[in-house]
Amino acid sequence: MSIQPDILRQAFPILGRQVNNQPLVYLDNAATTHKPTAVIDRLRQYYESENSNIHRAAHLLSQQATEAHEQARSSVQSFINARQQHEVIFTRGTTEALNLVAFSFCKKFVRAGDEILISAMEHHSNIVPWQIACQEHQAVLKIIPMNEKGDLQMDEYRDMLGSKTRLVSVTHVSNALGTINPVKEIIDLAHQQNVPVLIDGAQAVPHMPVDVQDLDCDFYCFSGHKMYGPMGVGILYGKEEWLAKMPPYQSGGEMIKEVSFRKTTYNELPFKFEAGTPNVADILGMEAAIRFIRELGYAPVAEHENDLLQYAIENLKKLDNVRFIGTPAKRAGVVSFIFNDIHPYDTGTILDKMGIAVRTGHHCAQPIMDFYQVPGTVRISLAVYNTRQEIDVLINALKTVREMFG
Amino acid sequence: MSTIREKEQEIIDEFELFDDWMDKYNVIIELGKSLPPIKEEHKQEKFLIRGCQARVWLHADYKNGKVVYTADSDALITKGIIALLIRVLSGQPPRDIIDADLSFIDRIGLKDHLSQTRSNGLINMIKQMKLYALAFQKTRSTKQ
Ligand SMILES: Cc1ncc(COP(=O)(O)O)c(C=O)c1O
Repeated sequence: MSIQPDILRQAFPILGRQVNNQPLVYLDNAATTHKPTAVIDRLRQYYESENSNIHRAAHLLSQQATEAHEQARSSVQSFINARQQHEVIFTRGTTEALNLVAFSFCKKFVRAGDEILISAMEHHSNIVPWQIACQEHQAVLKIIPMNEKGDLQMDEYRDMLGSKTRLVSVTHVSNALGTINPVKEIIDLAHQQNVPVLIDGAQAVPHMPVDVQDLDCDFYCFSGHKMYGPMGVGILYGKEEWLAKMPPYQSGGEMIKEVSFRKTTYNELPFKFEAGTPNVADILGMEAAIRFIRELGYAPVAEHENDLLQYAIENLKKLDNVRFIGTPAKRAGVVSFIFNDIHPYDTGTILDKMGIAVRTGHHCAQPIMDFYQVPGTVRISLAVYNTRQEIDVLINALKTVREMFG
Repeated sequence: MSTIREKEQEIIDEFELFDDWMDKYNVIIELGKSLPPIKEEHKQEKFLIRGCQARVWLHADYKNGKVVYTADSDALITKGIIALLIRVLSGQPPRDIIDADLSFIDRIGLKDHLSQTRSNGLINMIKQMKLYALAFQKTRSTKQ
């Protein structure tokens, strides 16, 4: 079944609201997507009739909450086709997942002179944790370059992999350019040298199916809030062989087996990496979001979103002085551009006045802006509930912007 | 010369004429275009106020007990708002600048440009304008 956005939109209460006295046109989905009623209702239901702390007490509510929580883990496991349930760790989001790996993996496996590879198109949250870890362990952070189109230079990457490489961490889909990276090839090449690979999937899971066994990635992470789920929850998938060897990241309750003042032994996976009371409500909300996506099916979602992407690109091309930032071979969800003669901040301000939410600025990827020598871009990012009519509204608004500033 | 309050009131009266946001922004854009240029030697790293989105350069001189500002930005709307700030604050004595609450920005409906999330450098620019005034005020009192 193909997507019928007009019907689908009814499942998203916020899409009915106005902004600056105009109907909201929301094209900032890479920052966060809106939430369908099914997700909102799940949160409410949890707090209204299920709320209890988990893994702790013998009473019924606690038992049921514990079961629901572990059931959610198993839903995530099947969503990304992880081999084992305990390879799924709940985190606060992609950022926390990246910090966890940067801290724990590097502590165990990285020594002075070792190298970690990231790419030139990473989100700040896949840059800074590695900078900190590299500093801590006197390791070297190396950057896989990209070309003018916004595609990674795979030859360079091949040459950079070596005996000193300890880990490769790259994004599946770029939040600033929309590039879909050839992650399978990236992983294969690294594995030929026994180097593990982390994939930042924050911008991939909303748009395409992810099978971590097929990819054979060693780590994969994503955020609930960018895939129609709640804020404050995310996933770190890690192969057991790595997770089992890594030391805990945070410590406290839940992650321990036995504590005395002399010695503490750690709990097994996944609890070793889940210190403290988890965010049960949002985890269940995320499970509802997974169900929502599965019911839609990725194929119709991709078909609809790609149609909108092409439609947007085609119509943007007709405007004067448009420069696309990133023209990658494969793209998902995102189009970035600037008007050569108009500052992105000015464009964004006028669009906002017209009820259109886009992102302007550097999108937490400043190195990319330096690469293209632009102060920022105007980024349109799509979700399944966007329509061609919204793209028309956007294009008309951009014509107004051109009249005002051009 | 009018006081800061009088100038703020002038601007509020002028903007009262617009009930359409687009007219208002067209005026701000025009103001941005006609902002007297900052000297090239002042458009440098040293005078740059970083916003996340737009860059602002600010320079201040102290002449005859008054602070004189020149400024620039790479975004036109920001530049237009800068023109308004300069119109209100430039040529005023340091004490008055330090005390100015600049409520006119809210009154003419541009307050959201001063919010942190816009990060266009304007908030920091106002801070910097006041810091200059404070510094000039101090040099004056030490001279006396
Ligand atoms: C590619 C990418 N990685 C990581 C993140 C960080 O995600 P979060 O803020 O949900 O932790 C984002 C969010 O914008 C992203 O787009």
